[in-house]
Parts: sequence; C-alpha cells; structure tokens
Amino acid sequence: MSSTAQAVSAPPAASRQEAWRSLLKLVPYLGRYKGGMTGGVLALVLMGIAGALPPLYIGAIIDSLSGHSEPMAQLGRMGETLMQWLAPFYQASDHRTLILCCLLLVAVIAIKGVFLFATRWILIGISRDIEYDLRADLLSRLLLLDPEFYVRNRTGELMSRATNDLSSVRMVLGPGLMYSATTLVTMILAVFLMVRLSAPLTLWVFLPVPVVVLAVRYFGRQIHTLYERIQAMLAVLSARVQENLTGVRVLRAFSQEPAEMAAFDEPNRLYVKRNIELISTWALFMPSLQVLIGTTFLLVLWQGGRLVMLDRISLGTLIAFYAYMAQLVWPMIALGWVTNIFQRGAASMGRLDYILGAQPRILDRASGAAPAGVRGEIEFRHLSFRYPTALNGDGDGEREGPLVLENINLHIPAGSVTAIVGATGSGKSTLAALIARLWEAPTGTLLVDRRPVEDWPLDALRRSIGFVPQETFLFSDTLRENISLGVPGAPMGDVVRAAEVAGLAGDVDDFPKKYETLIGERGITLSGGQKQRTALARAVARDPKILILDDAFASVDSETEERILERLEGVMRHRTTLIISHRVSTVRRADRIVVLERGRIVEEGTHDKLMASGGHYADLYRKQLLEEELERA
Amino acid sequence: MSGHEEEKLGKIYDTRLTRRLLNYLGPYRDRVIIALALSLAVAVLEAAGPYLFHAGIDWAIDPVVHHKLALAAGLRLLGWISLAYLASMVLSLGVLYGQVVIMQTVGQKAMYDLRRDIFAHLQNLPFSFYDRTPVGRLITRATTDVDALNNLFASGVVSMLNDAFVLLGFVGVMLWLNWRLALLTFAVMPLIFIVTWIFRNSVREANRGIRVSIARINAFLQEHISGMTVVQIFNREGKSREQFEERNRAYLEAYKQAIMAFALFYPTVEFLAYIAIGMVFWYGGGQVLTGAVDIGVLVAFMQYAQRFFRPIQDLSEKFNILQTAMASSERIFKLLDEPAPKLAPAMPARIERPRGEIEFRNVWFSYRNPAAPGDADWVLRDISFRIDPGEMIAVVGHTGAGKTTLIQLLLRFYEIQRGEILLDGVDIRDMDPIDLRRHFGVVLQDPFLFTGTIESNVRLGTEGIDAGHVEKALREVGLGRWIDGLPEGIRTPVSERGATFSVGQRQLISFARALAHRPEILILDEATSSVDTQTELLIREALERMFSGRTSIVIAHRLSTVQRASRILVMHKSRLREQGTHRELLALGGIYSRLYQLQYRDQELRSIPAGPGLGEPLTASD
Repeated sequence: MSSTAQAVSAPPAASRQEAWRSLLKLVPYLGRYKGGMTGGVLALVLMGIAGALPPLYIGAIIDSLSGHSEPMAQLGRMGETLMQWLAPFYQASDHRTLILCCLLLVAVIAIKGVFLFATRWILIGISRDIEYDLRADLLSRLLLLDPEFYVRNRTGELMSRATNDLSSVRMVLGPGLMYSATTLVTMILAVFLMVRLSAPLTLWVFLPVPVVVLAVRYFGRQIHTLYERIQAMLAVLSARVQENLTGVRVLRAFSQEPAEMAAFDEPNRLYVKRNIELISTWALFMPSLQVLIGTTFLLVLWQGGRLVMLDRISLGTLIAFYAYMAQLVWPMIALGWVTNIFQRGAASMGRLDYILGAQPRILDRASGAAPAGVRGEIEFRHLSFRYPTALNGDGDGEREGPLVLENINLHIPAGSVTAIVGATGSGKSTLAALIARLWEAPTGTLLVDRRPVEDWPLDALRRSIGFVPQETFLFSDTLRENISLGVPGAPMGDVVRAAEVAGLAGDVDDFPKKYETLIGERGITLSGGQKQRTALARAVARDPKILILDDAFASVDSETEERILERLEGVMRHRTTLIISHRVSTVRRADRIVVLERGRIVEEGTHDKLMASGGHYADLYRKQLLEEELERA
Repeated sequence: MSGHEEEKLGKIYDTRLTRRLLNYLGPYRDRVIIALALSLAVAVLEAAGPYLFHAGIDWAIDPVVHHKLALAAGLRLLGWISLAYLASMVLSLGVLYGQVVIMQTVGQKAMYDLRRDIFAHLQNLPFSFYDRTPVGRLITRATTDVDALNNLFASGVVSMLNDAFVLLGFVGVMLWLNWRLALLTFAVMPLIFIVTWIFRNSVREANRGIRVSIARINAFLQEHISGMTVVQIFNREGKSREQFEERNRAYLEAYKQAIMAFALFYPTVEFLAYIAIGMVFWYGGGQVLTGAVDIGVLVAFMQYAQRFFRPIQDLSEKFNILQTAMASSERIFKLLDEPAPKLAPAMPARIERPRGEIEFRNVWFSYRNPAAPGDADWVLRDISFRIDPGEMIAVVGHTGAGKTTLIQLLLRFYEIQRGEILLDGVDIRDMDPIDLRRHFGVVLQDPFLFTGTIESNVRLGTEGIDAGHVEKALREVGLGRWIDGLPEGIRTPVSERGATFSVGQRQLISFARALAHRPEILILDEATSSVDTQTELLIREALERMFSGRTSIVIAHRLSTVQRASRILVMHKSRLREQGTHRELLALGGIYSRLYQLQYRDQELRSIPAGPGLGEPLTASD
C-alpha cells in the first residue's frame, strides 16, 4: 500500500517537463478515433451555440413583459439582426411574444440537450475506448516481459500502475479534454454576447472569475496533497494492523494486548487528524466557492440594477446576464479542476509508459529456418550463471548476484531420464529454468539438439517443453482450462488422459462438475497434492519432447508418486525427462542421477553406482530409509 | 479482491445496521443536534439569494424604471439589498463551514471509536479464528471498510441532509411568494422523480457491471503478473490476450451503458427544469401583464427552479455511497459479532513468582473439536508429563508430531478438550491468560521482528523495561559487540520483518526479547534455518545462559540442546512415546535413536573442527 502512496506522489520539478511530454504519447491513441473526435467536437461547438441562446430568450421575455419596444436594445446593429432573427415576432407587453418565446426557449434547450448528449456520448465514450486500448497494450507488453522484469517490479506496484495510473490518464482523455473544450466554447460565446450587451457590466461580473479559477486550482492541489497524506496515513494504519495480525503469536505470548491497543491509538488518532485537516479545507473550499460565485450574481444585481435604473441597459439584459453567469459557473470551476487533472494525468502517463516502453531481455533472435522440431537433446557446456539482478534488490542498480551455477557440463541424450538432486539453493531449479529460457544462459553454453538455445525460435522451444514448476501456479479457471493451458482447445480425451497419467482423474470424478469445475478463488480449493498433480497433468497434456519436473511430487505421497512415475514412464518413452527431487524413491530409476551442491556437479551416475560410491547420494538414501522406518513406527 | 464477500452490495438502507451505526454517534449527540440546527440555517440562507433578487427588482429597480421611485432612493435601496445579499452569503459561508466541520469531526471520532473497537476485538479473538481467516481480509475490515463508512460521513450524510432542508426551504419560500407559480413549478417534479428513478436503476445496473468487470480485470492482471512464467512457458500469451480482451471489452460495454445513462440524464433533467421555467414565464408572464404578479417574482422563480432540481440529480450519486457504506458496515459488524470467549475466570488465580513446575495430565487436543475421542483429528492424545522447577526439557519429534502444539497449549493459545495443564499445581484455565503468559519468555521458530527499532523489538510494549534492560539483554545473548558497532546502537531501525538483518541476528534479538522480560519459564522453538559457524557458537552460548536457573522447554533442532537437556520428550504421531536423557534414549534404540540419526548426527560430524570436503549435509529443510 505504501507503494501506491509513493506512486501517486507528485513528480519532482525537474521531471515535470518530461511528464508533460509523456502526454504526447497519447496522440497516436487519439489519432485512431479521428472521425469520432471530429464529430464530438462538432457536437460540442453546436451545443455551445445552442446554449448561448436561452439567456437571450429569457431577456426578451423579461423585456417584453416590462414593456420595452425592442428586446435588449443594447446589442447594437449586429445584435439587432440576431434578435430579429431569433424573435421576429417580438412585441412589447404581448401575449403571443410571451408564448412563442417560452416555446422557443424550451425548444432551444431541447436542441442543446441533444448536442450535450452527443458530446458526452462521443467524447467520454472515446476516452473509454482509449482506456481499453491502453489496457490491452499494457497486457500485451506484460506478456512480452521476462521473469527478470517481474523480479525487479513488485506485483503491487505494477497493479497500481495498471489501475490507478490508467484511470488518471483516462481522466485526461475524458473529462479533461471535454471540459476544457466546453469551457473554451461556452466562455468565448458567452463573453462575446455579454460584452455586446454591456461591456462595463461584463467587466464587473468577471472580477471574481480569476479568483474562482485560482481558488479551485489552489484548493484542488491542497486537497489532493491532504488526500495523499490521508492515504499515506491509511497505509501506516494498515501496516500497523497487518503487523499486529501477522505477529499475533509473539504479541499474545508476551501479553502485549494492552500495549498494542495503546500503540494502535497513535496512528488511529493521526488518521483522524489528517482527515479533519482535509475536512476543514474542504469545508472552507466549497462555501468559499459558493460565495465567490455568489459574488458575481451580487454584482449582476447591484451594478446591473444600477445600470438599469440609469437606463443604460434593460431589465431583460440584466436577467440575460444573470443567465449567462449561471451558465459559466461550472466552466469556471472546471478551469481550475481541469489543470489538476492534466497535471496528475501527465505524471501517471509517465508511469504507464514505464511498462509500455519496457523492453524484454529475452528476445526471439532466431533467424533463418528453424528445424522441424525439438528432438530433446540437451547439453550444458561449461555453463556458469548468475542472476542479472540480485533477487532481493529492488533498485535499478545492476548489482551482480553470486554465481548460482558454476561450470556445469552435462549432456542429456534425447529420450533419457535424468534426475537432479541437491539441497535447497544448490541451483537445481535454475538449471531447469535455463532450459526453458526463462533466464538467458551465457551464449553458447546451453544447447538443445546441438543448437544454441538462443537460436531456437522462443515459441517452438517452449512449445516442446512440459514444465512442472516447483511452486504450483494454477489459474482461477476450470480444471479443463488449466490442464489444457498449453494446448488450447485440446480435445476432452487428451485432457482426461493427461489427468489419468498425473493420477488426478480419480479426484476429478468426485468433483461436482468434473473437468468443468472452477478452481481457485471462485471455485473449490484443491489440496496441495491435487494442485501439484494438476500442474503435472498440464505438462503431460502438451505431449512434450522435454518434460521437466521441478520437485513435482513434494506434496504427493510416495505411493501415489510411485504409480504416477510408472505411468509417466509409458508416456515419456523416447522423450527427454528431467526430474528434480529430494526423494530417492523418485529418482532411483533414472538413467542418470546428478548431484548438485552449491551450483556444482559433485556426483553423477546411476543409482547403483552412486550407492556404491557412498557419497552424498548414499547418505540421502540412508536418511530416506530412516524416514520410512519412522513412518511405520 | 478477496472472495465474494467483498463484492456483495447490500441494500441502501438497513434499519438494524443503521441503528448500530447511530450508536457510534451517541456520545456526540449534542454536536449532531447543533449540526442539524445549522442545516436549518443553511436552508434559510440558501433561499435568501433569489428572494433578494426579487426584492431588488420589485422594490428598487422596477419602481425607478417606472418612475415610481426617485433614482437616488432606488440606488440606496438597491445598495442595502445588495448588502443583505452579501451578508447572507458570508453568513452561509460561516454556517456551512461550521456545520461541515462539526459533522465531520463527529464522523471522524465515531470512525476512530469504531476502528478502536475493531482492533480491540482483534486482540481478543481466539487463534482458531486467525487460523481460518486470511490476514488481508481482516486488514480490509479495519481500514478500507471503515473508510467506506468515513466516506458516508464525509460526502454522504451532511450534504444529503442539507439538500433535503434546502429543498424544503425552497418549497416554503416559493409557496409563500406565489403558491400558484410554486405549484406550476412543482408540476414537473413527478417527471423528474421518474427520470431519476429510471436513471438510478440503469446506473446501478451499469455500476454493477463495472464493478464486476473491473474486479475480473484486476484479478486477471494480478494472476497473470504473478503467474507470468507459467503463461510464457506454456505459450499462453495469445490466448491470455484473448481472454483479457473479453474482460476488457465487458468493462468497456458496462461503462458505455453508464455513459449513455449519464449522457441522457443531464439533458433530460435540464429540459424538464426548463419546461417548469417556461411554464412559469408563460403563466406568470400573463399575470405580470395583468399586474397580478411582480416581474421580480418571476425572476426569483426562475432562479429557484434552476437550483431546485440539482439536489435531486445528486441523489443518485449519494445512493452509491450509501450502498457501499451499508455493505461495509455489514462486514464490520459481522467481524465484531465474531465471538471472543473470555478466557479469564471471574476470580483468577494468581501466582506471583511461579517456581516453574509444569504438569500435563492426560491432555487431549484437536484444532477441530472432534466429537468422538476415537477419531483421527486429535493432534495430541493423552499426553502426561511433569517438569520440575529449573529443569531443562527438550521436545523432539518429526514434523507434525505435535511439538509446537504442546507449547501453544501451555500458553493457552488454544483450549484443550480433555485433561488439564498445571503451573505450580494451578490449572492454567483458572488464571488470566495475560497473567499466565507474563511468566513465560517465548521464542518462536520464526523470529518475528516488528517495524521499529532494535530496542522496541526487545521491549515490545512492556512497561518497566528501559533502555538499560534492553541493552543488558542484548549483551547477554552476545549481541553486545554488534550493537556497539552500529552507529545508532539499540535505536537502529528495523524494517518490515527485520529484512535487513541476518537470520542469526534476528534469532538473537528474539532471544534478547525473551530475556528482557525476565521470565520464570523459558519456551523456545529452535529455528531450523542454518547459520554460519560463528553465529551458531554465539547462539549456543546465549542459549546456555538463558537455560540456567529457570525451567526451560525447548523444541530442539540442535544436537547441543538435546545433549544438554535433563530430559527429552519424544513426540511421535500425537503421542508422547519416549522420555529420558540423550544417552538413555539412544540406548533404547527406539524412535529417538532414529530421529537422532536423521536430524542430529550430521551436526556431530559438522562440529568436528573444519575438515575439508565435509560441507553441508543434505537436509531437507522444512
């Protein structure tokens, strides 16, 4: 949550220029809706024109009622023509004039309404369309980026960009643009007509306007800052609760309940204080705004009334003025508000662009024709590897991590079964991840079918691999979708077969909707073993040339494992299998067993050979026997 | 995003919930009444503006224009009226400011109380509750949900009240000015209500769509960001893009529906308002021509009509806030209704300074409250043992044998189903758990550090432990030299979960924490994570000092610990299977001897002064 608070804080002054420039990146997106934009702006201008007329009708009504022979005589020659055109029937103190003006007033409002509708529908609609495009582009980019990017950027941070920042960019495109244009059009037309009606009165009533704009801008920023502070405090409060809840055992063990209550009080109090700060500002802002706007009406009455009494303007003119000012209230407020929207949107666009412009490190460099398909021969040649960014570091500084794998030489013939054992952190999983090119092995140190792994088309390489990662990750979707993840649209028969091999079919039969059962948050919760077997089925369903099992049986009991392995043997005949495990029972049947320790291969051979040599592997085996004995005890 | 519970949206109004919420306003009744009174003032002041326009026109301007009043007098009168206008605005500024501040402060204080209640309740909820509730959800209750209520106070209640009063004020003044014109204006009201009602329904429909689809989008994104590797390995990018497009599209459509509703609503309401204005002008204009109505009244009515319908328009927005707030309060009260059994008896037994004699008598325990004693859910079965004061006991066993449960029961984190646990011959159920726990110094397996400083982590919130005690404890566990080397000493900040410290340092700090509380009994769950040799030596020395002179119970992972123990309890499959000293149990050749070979013998090899090639043993870490 604190990351969100950081993400929305104002950019430093130096980068502000750059932030504004980042808004230009939206131009191509707007370009896609050129036709719509033109239509929308046209509707907006027409709405403005239609909106400029009602005050004139109202003025005419009042003037007619107060017995003026001409409606708003101050309009001058051009105005005269305009009024003649708008109300050719005008006569003083006349019923017909009254009725026609009323009807036309309502009609003009109806026309304005139609254009207002069109403006909103088109322009706001386009802003949502662009939001859609931006979001789609975000995902496309995220799909391209490799694990290194995801190690460097926390999920919460990325989510905040994809949600909060996207929404403030949308604000620029929608309300931002629309209100700017509306304000511009309304202001120009209204001011033009008002100056015609009475230049001095226009000056008078516009006196408070700059203050209104500045006040909205100032308060808007102030409120935003205060709001951010509230959010930051909320983050502190949440963190406090979170620590209390996660450390609940320690706290209760040390009888800290009263102390914790007291400690919670401070952020709780501060949060209230921050909220009250905002409220006080807000409580001052809204009424002040009302007063400022009210002042313009006051000026209409006071100064306009004076002018009427001096016979400089008619009463109708005064009322028309009033009507124009009532129209301008919102644009005045919007002027201040919109600048804030643009400011925030610019900063957000910069953060969005961080994702949109990110470049994947693992690229499809394959050139020329690729061979028909992977056979499954894998070779490591003097491979040493360290992660490009220290895994825990979150800075952008390219700190070099320690060597995770050191001088690995290993040849895995196509169709063989190779097992890798070793302690946690010995580099087993890294080895597997390199084959799938999730991380980039140094050039030429890793070959698949005697071809450097980076020369394979990424797509073809991964398509030939069935991977069961150490940490099972399933999607909140149906079982069927999860199993056929790597073979979209796989026939049901294949899905069931894969589930059978993985020892999952029996469980599925007990589920309410069988393979259409939803799993995850919205569906049923699978046990650890079921999850792992689903992941296995998912890999098997691909019918891969290379099957990689990274500790794939950790949550599966040994009997089930035994049966799965047997079935796998049938399926994986003539295919390459790489098994990573702690368990001897899992690996003993492999063609070859490799023992890794601290990134280096320390033992290598068949089960019998390694047992005979009495090294690490033999020790592991001995312990496993003891475990089993204990299990029986 | 945590489950359906968050997405559910209840009704707009719920009597039971409202009453409970109002209870929180109880202590601030006076202020609420003042705020309500101010609402009345707001209504009067709001209605003043158009009325003064009428006055200006009909009393000053029009008479002067028609030569019924001298210009100078007219100007003076208009000046006074304008001044009254200004006064009404300034007054309304003051009143509104005061009202908002009062009402919001009350709301904030009520939210403060509510949060405090939630937090206090969380401190009392049993561990069984924590075992089944995700932490994230609880955090949401104390923060986001309370915040939704906050919103209700911040932008809902006050303005709704004001709107209602202002509306009433307008109605009154309009009727008083000219009831015929007033009724004419109100004639469009039913239409406005109908339009608003239709609008509200379609917006609610659209909002539901928006909420559901944005939740789906976020869930999808979250899932794909965390599972990106799987997506990529399984060449799922294209399909994911398609799936996302479908969700993204649904969101767009839902929004378009909302845009349509809004785009239709505003012009429609304006149109209806102008129909009212048109009718006022038409009928009222006729009256003006006959001299029955003053022209200024007409103007005032136009102004009233323009403002009259805005509050009704805003209602739809307020409904949303109400709805969210109701849903949140429902979840909050559900949490507050979660039973928190009082563990302390009415007359708790107190032991000032326990000697440290502990006894388990035929203790049976299960996390699930099984009905039958015969079924498989029992985590501990018929456990009996006695620990003499000053004894040091090691508990060993395989993962899942029930070791940790043993100490959690002793601390009364859970209630046993059968048997009894005694401290100095007193059943721990007869004691106040807070008191009971004060006698224990506990080191959990995961050395949990809090954000703060080293000092605050050792002391926690316990009064009577000063900086000197903290430092002494840190020196006792062998961290003296380390803290001396830190520029800020014991005030060195600790980041979340102590991420900047090594595992060994974290362990030693948690040792110091236990020591600083000067417990009569030490309970220690040894960490399994390996540390470097030097730290290992430090830890061993620290343990030695901690054990001496007090009853100690250790879930042992160190060979040195089991060897030192005066007695070893061997737990296996929920039962206490063997007990005795290290030598006795080894000679027995039972479970312990196997465990020894599995878990401890390697340490023997390792403790031989560093021979080359001996490296780390292959242990599966748990």
